[in-house]
Amino acid sequence: MEHMDHMPFIVGSYAAAAAVIVVLIGWVMLDFRAQRRALAELEMRGVTRRSSGAASRPKDQTKEQTKEQTKEQTMEQAGEQAGEQA
Amino acid sequence: MNPLDLANPSRFLAFANRAIPWLAGATVIVLAFGLKQAMNAPNDYQQGDTIKIMYLHVPSAWLGMLGWGVMTVAALGTLVWRHPLADVAAKAAAPIGAGFTLLCLVTGSLWGRPEWGTYWVWDARLTSELVLLLLYLGVIALWRTVEDPSRAARAVAILTLVGAIDLPIIKFSVDWWNTLHQGASVFRLGGSTIYPTMLVPLLITAVGFTLLFLTLHLAAMRNEILRRRVRTLRLMQASAAN
Repeated sequence: MEHMDHMPFIVGSYAAAAAVIVVLIGWVMLDFRAQRRALAELEMRGVTRRSSGAASRPKDQTKEQTKEQTKEQTMEQAGEQAGEQA
Repeated sequence: MNPLDLANPSRFLAFANRAIPWLAGATVIVLAFGLKQAMNAPNDYQQGDTIKIMYLHVPSAWLGMLGWGVMTVAALGTLVWRHPLADVAAKAAAPIGAGFTLLCLVTGSLWGRPEWGTYWVWDARLTSELVLLLLYLGVIALWRTVEDPSRAARAVAILTLVGAIDLPIIKFSVDWWNTLHQGASVFRLGGSTIYPTMLVPLLITAVGFTLLFLTLHLAAMRNEILRRRVRTLRLMQASAAN
């Protein structure tokens, strides 16, 4: 009898856990697909990272865009230096 | 591979692509084994079969706090060491930590109704856990409010360090105040008060949930690095179009 009384709470807890896990996995997977699709679309238009060698910086690039690009390159270089120091 | 090489986003992506399938596989195996052990574990002499809820509630509570712990270390990485991937790690951990904190509160409520006679009381442990969820939501909102990721990272890092005060409050709330929530029963001086037939499945499920957290965190960090690349390329494209 006690078992029957508690069952909805137990089932509800496991259902809630399944829901949270499914949402988290779904969010990660859908986001991954969205970012890869966006990158593929940009590459199809010829917009690629300078480090990939396929594109050069436009002559009229604004300071903000240059800053963004430099920031990503700095991240890459910082990683390289950390590896070399080790 | 030298761990410091992972500070390079490209190398981190290569590492993540290799590690995520293995981590996901290990998560499925350990979690399935742990939950099977939990289902076969005996009922508690006082709680009866509601003890089954503990195998979800306790790991989610730990992981909710672990998420903020990861974010706190990442906040130091952002503000002090300016590690290239620190804010990426912090941003990726927030929704996962929020998910586990929410799960902790929901399963706690569902356990509380049959055992305490109520879904919720403004008990110090419950309230401090709710504060943690609100802090997570605040951090997620702050990330979305500030467009520039590096500016957002500094603001979020400060909020994260302030919010870290809640972690010891959650942990010691049951000692500092007279609470309806039970005291520490797993990690405590003098050893665990849980009988081994229940403790072992609990620890296995906790390892399984931790592996799930690591897998999701690694995947979310990979997504965040890709998102920043997309943002950079879109800025370049907009510049070229003007």
